[in-house]
Amino acid sequence: MSILDKKISELHQLLHTKELSVSDIVDATFDRIHQVDDKVRAFLTLNQEFSRIKAKQLDEKLISGADRGLLFGMPIGIKDNIVTKGIRTTCASRILENFEPIYDATVVEKLTEADTITIGKLNMDEFAMGSSNENSGFHPTHNPWDLSCVPGGSSGASAAAVSAGEVLFSLGSDTGGSIRQPAAFCGVVGLKPTYGLVSRYGLVAFASSLDQIGPITQNVEDNAYLLQAIAGNDPMDSTSAKVDIPDYLASFTGEVNGLKIGVPKEYLGEGVQPDVKERIMEALKVLEGLGATWEEVSLPHSRYALATYYLLSSSEASANLSRFDGVRYGLRSDNSNNLIDMYKQSRSEGFGEEVKRRIMLGTFALSSGYYDAYYKKAQKVRTLIKEDFTNIFEKYDVIIGPTTPSASFKCGAMTKDPLTMYMNDILTIPVNLAGVPAISVPCGFSDGLPIGLQIIGKHFDESTIYKVAHAFEQATEHHKAKPKL
Amino acid sequence: MSEFETIIGLEVHVELKTNSKIFCGCSTNFGAPPNTNVCPICLGHPGVLPVVNHQAVDFAMRAALALNCEINRETKFDRKNYFYPDNPKAYQVSQFDKPIGEHGWIEIEVDGNKKKIGITRIHMEEDAGKLTHTSDGSLVDLNRQGTPLVEIVSEPDIRTPEEAYAYLEKLKAIIQYTGVSDCKMEEGSLRCDANISIRPVGQEEFGTKAELKNLNSFAFVQKGLEHEEKRQREVVSGGGEILQETRRYDEASKTTILMRVKEGSDDYRYFPEPDLVSIFIDDEWLDRVKSEIPELPDARQKRYVGEFGLPEYDAKVLTMTKEMADFFEGTIGAGADAKQASNWIMGEVSAYLNNEGRELHQTALTAEGLAGMIKLIANATISNKIAKTVFKELVENGGDAEKIVKDKGLVQISDEGAIREIVVKILDANEQSVTDYKDGKEKAVGFLVGQVMKETKGKANPPLVNKLIVEELKKR
Repeated sequence: MSILDKKISELHQLLHTKELSVSDIVDATFDRIHQVDDKVRAFLTLNQEFSRIKAKQLDEKLISGADRGLLFGMPIGIKDNIVTKGIRTTCASRILENFEPIYDATVVEKLTEADTITIGKLNMDEFAMGSSNENSGFHPTHNPWDLSCVPGGSSGASAAAVSAGEVLFSLGSDTGGSIRQPAAFCGVVGLKPTYGLVSRYGLVAFASSLDQIGPITQNVEDNAYLLQAIAGNDPMDSTSAKVDIPDYLASFTGEVNGLKIGVPKEYLGEGVQPDVKERIMEALKVLEGLGATWEEVSLPHSRYALATYYLLSSSEASANLSRFDGVRYGLRSDNSNNLIDMYKQSRSEGFGEEVKRRIMLGTFALSSGYYDAYYKKAQKVRTLIKEDFTNIFEKYDVIIGPTTPSASFKCGAMTKDPLTMYMNDILTIPVNLAGVPAISVPCGFSDGLPIGLQIIGKHFDESTIYKVAHAFEQATEHHKAKPKL
Repeated sequence: MSEFETIIGLEVHVELKTNSKIFCGCSTNFGAPPNTNVCPICLGHPGVLPVVNHQAVDFAMRAALALNCEINRETKFDRKNYFYPDNPKAYQVSQFDKPIGEHGWIEIEVDGNKKKIGITRIHMEEDAGKLTHTSDGSLVDLNRQGTPLVEIVSEPDIRTPEEAYAYLEKLKAIIQYTGVSDCKMEEGSLRCDANISIRPVGQEEFGTKAELKNLNSFAFVQKGLEHEEKRQREVVSGGGEILQETRRYDEASKTTILMRVKEGSDDYRYFPEPDLVSIFIDDEWLDRVKSEIPELPDARQKRYVGEFGLPEYDAKVLTMTKEMADFFEGTIGAGADAKQASNWIMGEVSAYLNNEGRELHQTALTAEGLAGMIKLIANATISNKIAKTVFKELVENGGDAEKIVKDKGLVQISDEGAIREIVVKILDANEQSVTDYKDGKEKAVGFLVGQVMKETKGKANPPLVNKLIVEELKKR
């Protein structure tokens, strides 16, 4: 077992007993990256030199006995839409190919306080728009379980790197399933926290009212560690909630006896693959065995979620991405000789097809004469979807279903059909619209490819999600399976 | 051409003088080197988020209340989308359907006639940066980006360019009184665009409007509107059609020049700013802001008439700016007679400011200084004439009136013996005048008084001089 397959708590023990140094962990990380990343292609930028210096500093700190951060000495990969001061941050877009941020995202500051080491920046679908990583402006990332398959998206590389053991854990972002879907596809644990739990300051905005940063890890315990480090109110983010942050590690009681689970019939209905359904039913049996009960429930408005999501997220994106205009930073086209051409050329050359499609969709939806029919209507439906969840949570502790309708698919299989690609997120999107938290944990395989179990909780009730996920994980062996690379 | 009626609406942008910008902590100081009062947030860098400066909300609310607006208890921000290099996010955070204030009014007075002008709305937004165009290209300075603004939109209630001028004067006075802005057009802290159209008298429907820009002073607003009113009447009378145009006022030719013809309205694709939450204004907040509004010009004007017995006109002029009114009250507070203080401020002080093109705070004059001087006149230490010398010293170098009088030896001579001596000397030297007086030419006295004053460098007590001259003449 590689040291990178160990849990944070185990690594901390080894550091404590001096059996291991931080430099050992960082060396092992880069060795693994050099060994497999030409196949997986998860990283866009490596922060090697600085990581090794930082490792030495932390080793000195270890010897000195000074206070250690919560994630002391742990190497982390960061999705490339989270800004890192002085480290290139591209959003996997040509328009930001050489962009070096002048400040750190709040989560990055918190990770620094927690004594992590930023190993590098991870590939993604350009500006987080996509479900397969094939929309990266640079190169696709591959699924470690089958390199001919996609890792999911948009945080595909954040999940693939953890799955391939290239990095202990990573940060992703989830606007419509972008953490949970790749976590499911790559057989790792990915949490989308409650909207407002983790600061968005420094997350390059795609859809501001839906975006949330979250942890991707090899196991549930590590996930809680990472969330503990990044959650909390941030005065720099007005949408950040003023709530007390519980001790997430204290939620691992294993006690799910009496837990009430709602299983939406829409989540096991049409379009969901039979073996996905089977894995979910097996998982429910496991939880029943632990004393939980489940009943079928309904999210009646979830069938409008996809349309609602694409209207709202694209509308917000159309404004959020307007700042990439070639005036102050990023790509500026040489092929223009007046202002309007400079805007048009820079954006035409800098953005990829999917990004352009969504900017156009959003611009259209917000246009005079269409606003009421599209944007405003979608906001109303969003309220109904939220109410669906509220209603269920009056009676149930968690909602459980699959994370995705199917396991991963072959690279190139859906690139020509954006609508089929969008269907990948049909089970994750309602969660973003409602703002509630949800996790994806491995629950078995379909033809050798991982399947994810989605556990959805009440607003700010990540603790219950962790409790259920941890109990399930401890009762099964799924999380122990590793891809062979 | 009196068959036409003119319809004018004004849009006024006022910069709020908060310490920091509306959505970040950067300074709002005017005149700093380009791009020094900036941070990732106002530079519109990827990943940044706005946080509302509550002082800006307080100030906007104060302005809204002073303009008799209803306050929206739930107010929110929206994004206004447009590309321009001075707009780093390519959207401006502004307010669309829930502005801070609506349905207000102010009262103006033109030629003695009072009239209410409605205020449609007052909303908060962020200012844009500033472009400088050079032969090598255009330069962007984002110091001003993010400065809090309120936009005050009037109802189309204004009927003449004079009313527009009066509206702006009154609006400026009220805003200045509230203390939320300096309203300096020359520094851009107050900016005005005007919409103007004409319609046949009796017609309900508005005519097609033109929007006037580049109106850099209230006088230019009035002149621009006067020209535009005339132009539109000529076009229509000549059988032509008014197009929806944006026109700029040209100071040199005193005309308006076409910038562009608008087809339809601009589509800014407003939508709620998802990075900010709605602001809920409770009674406590509203009451606090209400209590922070000082006495406004109309109220002060009334008080000056009632309390100090000033004529309406004087009270109106004195309350035109808060600075002047405060100075007036300061002068009274320092012991000066109200009528005398009013006379001096409206006379010498205003004349000086007009001649020098300065404002009160740009002179050395203090309310205490002026009051000290008025008291010296009242107790006959100095004459009105000497006072003008003292005033010049006070306004240019400041200081204490009594000390100036003493140092410069300006104390009035009221010693009868000393003056009589000089009178005798002057009469001896001007035999012709004495003869003239004897021949019944009373005017000779005036000449002789002048001579005595000249001899005493103006310090002699004039009534006393007069009395002694007559006495001495009668002796001869």
